[in-house]
Amino acid sequence: MRDVAFSWRGRTPFRIDVAGLTVDSGERIALLGESGSGKSTLLSLISGIMAPDHGSIRVAGTEISALRRSARDRFRAEQIGVIFQQFNLLPFATPMDNLLLPLRFAKARRARLDDPREEALKLTDALGLPNALVLRARASELSVGQQQRVAVARALLGAPALILADEPTSSLDAGTQDRFLDLLFEQANAANATLIMVTHDERLTGQFDRALRLGDVATISREAAA
Amino acid sequence: MILLRLAFASLLARRITVGLTIVAIALSVGLILGVEKVRNGARASFANTISNTDLIVGARSGSVQLLLYSVFRIGNATNNITWQTYQDLASRPEVAWIVPISLGDSHRGFRVMGTTADFFDRYKFRSGQSLSFANGDPFSDVFDAVLGADVAAKLGYRLDDDIVVAHGLASFSEHKDKPFRVAGVLEKTGTPVDRTVLVSLEGIEAIHVDWQGGARSGPAISAKAARQMELTPKAVTAAMIGVTSRLKVFTLQRAINEYPEEPLLAILPGVALQELWGIVGIAEIALVGVSALVVATALLGMAAMIFSGLNERRREMAIFRAVGAGPGTIFMMLMLEALLLTCIGIGAGVALLYTGLLIARPYIDAAYGLYLPITGLSAHELTVLGAVLVASVVISILPAARAYRLSVADGMTVQI
Repeated sequence: MRDVAFSWRGRTPFRIDVAGLTVDSGERIALLGESGSGKSTLLSLISGIMAPDHGSIRVAGTEISALRRSARDRFRAEQIGVIFQQFNLLPFATPMDNLLLPLRFAKARRARLDDPREEALKLTDALGLPNALVLRARASELSVGQQQRVAVARALLGAPALILADEPTSSLDAGTQDRFLDLLFEQANAANATLIMVTHDERLTGQFDRALRLGDVATISREAAA
Repeated sequence: MILLRLAFASLLARRITVGLTIVAIALSVGLILGVEKVRNGARASFANTISNTDLIVGARSGSVQLLLYSVFRIGNATNNITWQTYQDLASRPEVAWIVPISLGDSHRGFRVMGTTADFFDRYKFRSGQSLSFANGDPFSDVFDAVLGADVAAKLGYRLDDDIVVAHGLASFSEHKDKPFRVAGVLEKTGTPVDRTVLVSLEGIEAIHVDWQGGARSGPAISAKAARQMELTPKAVTAAMIGVTSRLKVFTLQRAINEYPEEPLLAILPGVALQELWGIVGIAEIALVGVSALVVATALLGMAAMIFSGLNERRREMAIFRAVGAGPGTIFMMLMLEALLLTCIGIGAGVALLYTGLLIARPYIDAAYGLYLPITGLSAHELTVLGAVLVASVVISILPAARAYRLSVADGMTVQI
């Protein structure tokens, strides 16, 4: 990310400036920041949901800040797996349908998989989710921990280049947090994916290659949003 | 495929509101198709009231009025045809057969019609179907009567029962001294014949031998004595005519309309039926209008349901956006949802229609003489269903467009 500026002109206008942020391929980065520090906006910019006013954002060699919105949507489907804090899954659908949903929008990702269902089951198996649960339950019947693991599997299925995780552990208790992170690292490594995870929990940063404070990366100005 | 499956699962998860919406759509679709079926049934049954009769002749009045009193037994004739004229008409070379109709008396709310035994052969309905007897035979005696199916059913008459004819239509003076014997009961036809008491022309004449101008006059003449009298009628109300060749219909019609001795009117029953339906048809247009409004209400209800669900579903949309779906896909998903709802509603409505028809048909036939055939959906009805589908698509553009805007604004993060 180079020289990126973005202004939000909503009900609470603000402006975010990122002078420069570079993450190497395969690197695991922790971004430390409290809520309201602009992390959601940063993730939206990286994932191409929003486009910057100016500046350049490159992900996996593609200048996504130069793409049109529909192309950014396609790029996100192909190259980026997103894990939220909670509510990652469509509650009415089976975990399997949740897993396969991104492939509907990502031809190349689907093409990389011989049998998407089989691959999805392999992943969930490795994440410790029983097959019957994945195939037959509704997502709303899963525990929060199980839902987060399905979200990891969904982010990784078809090996996208970048995983964006927005406080994926904050809804988990301390015991399952560590177990969850181990699984996330393990699978991200296996897929050779870059991982950017936003957290406010400094205890977790030890396991990352690098930990950055959001305040050092981006400048938020609330008044100067003209 | 997965989007269709997800839309379906999403609907299933909201099964109560969705179910109610589907019920509303199904009821409205069932209603509009039902109205359509009843309308066509009524029109067909109307057009089937009389067939194979080429001309109806009566005293000069309006063609609809003549049709109403001669066929539907509604209203009264302004005047009669003299027996002399009737004989003249009967002897014309174009006339293959002629059946007289003599109206004016009633029996407990049902009209009494004097005619000849030929009526049972010549009167046809539902494209050529003949009258048939459920019990007994045509009248053979002066004081024999044949009852329409409704008359017999409603008044509980059986063969050989005596019935007394009242003078006029709603009158207390009865021809008590000359009762008729029930000689036969007709099968149900779904035509005004069902509500008619048929007697011979001589019978009508016999009960009036000692009457003059609506009141008894002079010394009473017994039934026995009346039998011995000359019972040739002096006049009839109208006549049904069959021509020897269809080509002669218009020639004969003109000849009758220009009959010099008496002002007459001859009508083609088919044409007059059309004319009459044009008047009755306004009610059917109102019915169709109302049921179309009911459908519109149901569809608006569906749009309102989708609308009100949008806020709770912003997280769903954020998930779609995160996995790479564009706002256009969100729009499509909501349209798909509405389309699914409408399709299920239409399917249920059609099922409702046929179940309803199956259950209600015997009752409607018995109560209103309206026979509703159970046929597949006509091209017109399919067009109606297509229109419902198109309307649902148009209406659901509103919530879908709102979802589109929400998903653009929200992106992956939902501020609720």
